[in-house]
Amino acid sequence: MLIIDGVCKRFGARKVLDGFSLQLEAGMIGCLLGPSGSGKTTALRLVAGFEQPDAGTITVAGVPVATAEHSLPPYQRPIGMVFQDYGLFPHLTVAKNIAFGLRHLPRAARAQRVAALLALVALSEAADAYPHELSGGQQQRVALARSLAPRPKLLLLDEPFSNLDATLREHLAGEVRRILKAEAVTALVVTHDQSEAFALADQLGVVAEGRIAQWDSAYGLYHQPQSRFVADFIGEGAFLPGTITDNGMVATPFGLLPCRPGTLLPAGRAVEVLLRPDDLAPDATSPIAATLEQALFRGSTIRYTLRLPTGATVLMDHPSHDPLPVGSQIGVRLDVRHVVVFPSENRAEQR
Amino acid sequence: MPRRVSLFPLWPIGVAVLVVMAAAPLIAIMTSFRAIDVSLWAHLIHHVLPGYASETVLLLGIVLVLTLLLGVGLAWLTTAYTFPGVRLFRWALVLPLAIPAYVLAFVYLAWFDVTGSVTAWARTAGVVLPEIRNRWGAAVTLALAFYPYVYLPARLAFASTGARALEVGQTLGLTRRAAFWQVVLPLARPAIVGGAALVGFETLADFGLVSLFGIDTLSVGIYKAWYGLFSLPTAMQIAAVLALTAMLLLALEQWARRAARYTTPGRGAALTPQPLSPLLAPVASVLCTAVLLVAWAAPLVQLVSWAWLEGQAFLTLRYASFFGHSLLLGTSGALVTAVLALFLAYAQRRSRHPTMGWAVRVALLGYALPGAVLAVGVVAVVSALDRLWIAAAKLANLPATPVLAGTIAALLAAYTVRFLVVAFQPIHAALMRITPSMDEAAQSLGASPLQVLTRVHWPLVRPALAGAAAFVFIDIVKELPITLMTRPFGWETLATRIFELTNDGRWEAAALPALAVTLAGLLPTLLLARTDPTHTTPRNSPC
Repeated sequence: MLIIDGVCKRFGARKVLDGFSLQLEAGMIGCLLGPSGSGKTTALRLVAGFEQPDAGTITVAGVPVATAEHSLPPYQRPIGMVFQDYGLFPHLTVAKNIAFGLRHLPRAARAQRVAALLALVALSEAADAYPHELSGGQQQRVALARSLAPRPKLLLLDEPFSNLDATLREHLAGEVRRILKAEAVTALVVTHDQSEAFALADQLGVVAEGRIAQWDSAYGLYHQPQSRFVADFIGEGAFLPGTITDNGMVATPFGLLPCRPGTLLPAGRAVEVLLRPDDLAPDATSPIAATLEQALFRGSTIRYTLRLPTGATVLMDHPSHDPLPVGSQIGVRLDVRHVVVFPSENRAEQR
Repeated sequence: MPRRVSLFPLWPIGVAVLVVMAAAPLIAIMTSFRAIDVSLWAHLIHHVLPGYASETVLLLGIVLVLTLLLGVGLAWLTTAYTFPGVRLFRWALVLPLAIPAYVLAFVYLAWFDVTGSVTAWARTAGVVLPEIRNRWGAAVTLALAFYPYVYLPARLAFASTGARALEVGQTLGLTRRAAFWQVVLPLARPAIVGGAALVGFETLADFGLVSLFGIDTLSVGIYKAWYGLFSLPTAMQIAAVLALTAMLLLALEQWARRAARYTTPGRGAALTPQPLSPLLAPVASVLCTAVLLVAWAAPLVQLVSWAWLEGQAFLTLRYASFFGHSLLLGTSGALVTAVLALFLAYAQRRSRHPTMGWAVRVALLGYALPGAVLAVGVVAVVSALDRLWIAAAKLANLPATPVLAGTIAALLAAYTVRFLVVAFQPIHAALMRITPSMDEAAQSLGASPLQVLTRVHWPLVRPALAGAAAFVFIDIVKELPITLMTRPFGWETLATRIFELTNDGRWEAAALPALAVTLAGLLPTLLLARTDPTHTTPRNSPC
């Protein structure tokens, strides 16, 4: 449905996108995650048509909408967009905002479509209200309904929840997912918030330095990051030093661990081993003892910072109904099938 | 939106024209010293100019002190305290803005001059009232006419930053009174200085009131040099002195605006007014009532009664022509100014180039120029253009007559320069509320750039455009010195008619046109009064 191929974009001397490519299947919800300034919003604006690529092509539903030579203006693209600040028209009621893009329809069909969308976003009562009379979450749903109204082939959402309360976000992300799936629309979302992205998207891309570092499912990004950057950016965790052994294992302070299948590193290579907080568990029988340095209450779990005898620190999540005393020594074991390793560049140089 | 390279650079050329229109009169005045009439200047410099200049500065100083006392005092009183009638006073204290200073002046003269009605009445009661036809009388009258320029911004500032500032001050151990002087007032200072600068511009610009009171300020000097000595160069040279004074004031105002950028608008709770003690509350009520009565209600009642009793005799066909002229100038001036302001506001919205910022500032400069200065400046530019035209016409063997001097075109140009900012501000504010994402949302919903203009921009700008035109209309109808000095020969408007009648002491006859001008001014004043800070909700600023 959406194919972005080798797109480059620079603003002045600054290269914002550099060979940016991705493919999104019809009916899927894709999400671009990345630190601010990574170029994810620029990518979205290029797809929408508010910016033109310097190189590369963008194809929507089989139609090339932008190349370096020719670019369709935004109003001729079959694309809807939900803006960070919603961009609702303050002089129009909710119903008229939603009907803005339905001029081509006869009056009856237009009213029908507006009513259906109002029902979909659960705002039927607010049809005659003005945007400033609505709460932030309601405004967001109006913006969503308005952009869905003309049945775009592709919907773009730019930081759709950033103006909302943290408590509302995850709930709304699930709600937006329900609405997008009900309309069977292909969507591309830009956000910097992982929990939002996980709740919303089928596929995610981590954007770094103007291109996609990894395009994957949420599980894949979290448990099988392909680069140190992705591992750092997604979720939390600690890196332990290790060394690859001949049989595809890695030697760590926790003993020999199996590497993720497909790890192609020569024996003897110094690596960093990614350990997520959910990879560790207390185990009194474990030969490895660690000092509990810090405890951070997070609701259902407590996140502990452990110091290993080697001096390295790791994180561990443990149910909060079973608190462990800070300062004590506990035995820990690893609770993983395989671990993700990255060649440690500094070490290699030292050798 | 894709940036198109257009063959005709409409925006830069249009903005350049506006810049030249605003700057040309000023440049003409400032370069007028090339043609000094030595004998006249010897007379001026020894006998007249020092008097004009010192009178202007003295008057300016007294008016500023009085308006600051009155404006800031009333603003704090009505914002920080409650007393009987305070809710009414909060907005009603803006009302004196509706009465032009020269109208207030002739009503006061009719009451308090040596032969005035109140003076005579007092004399029968054995009381001798002080003479008012002097500097102090003029200053008090100007202050009563202009204090809302300080009152309004001061009240807005107090209401928005006052609550938090007071609380912070009090947590640091200051009493409410000490917190006012040490925290609240310094925070509101940029807003107050901005208002005071407006009072300054208006005082320097005032011509009608001071000439009625017989005060020889620079504005009056310009008029006298032109119509008494018939020397346009001399008028321009006096104007240059006045323009320099205004520019000093402008620099002060710009500084205050820059400082204002650093004060954050209060997002906290509105200030909770405290009740005044039972002893002071009636005093406050009486004070506010007195100001309203003296500066607004009583003069208005007087005008109505004069107009009712004597006005009908003057309601002749001739008046129809004064009304007609005022209406014609007001509407055409308002339309031209509003359209040009819309153009300028869009030009600024399109370009973030620093040159554009400067160009807009210069184009809006006219509001700082006193009307008399602008009048001689425009006349000088117009006659220079006419000379060029005549020279060109002679070459081309066309009839060589001036085409601009003494036409409505020159008058409208002067109005536009003077009042462009009045129209620009509301339009600019309306455009600022149209966020980039609204444009983009409309486009992503299938609206072409033209449709974005007609379906999104026009409905959002239209009210501001109408408001801007209304404000300019009223300012033009009230305007005196420009109209007086650049009108076509023999033309009379309501304002010039008031000026001539009151110069002859015919107060009753002037009441009817004065009432018309005042009632026209009431409409925008009521709009302004409605912008009560305690009722407005802070608007989310677009990202």
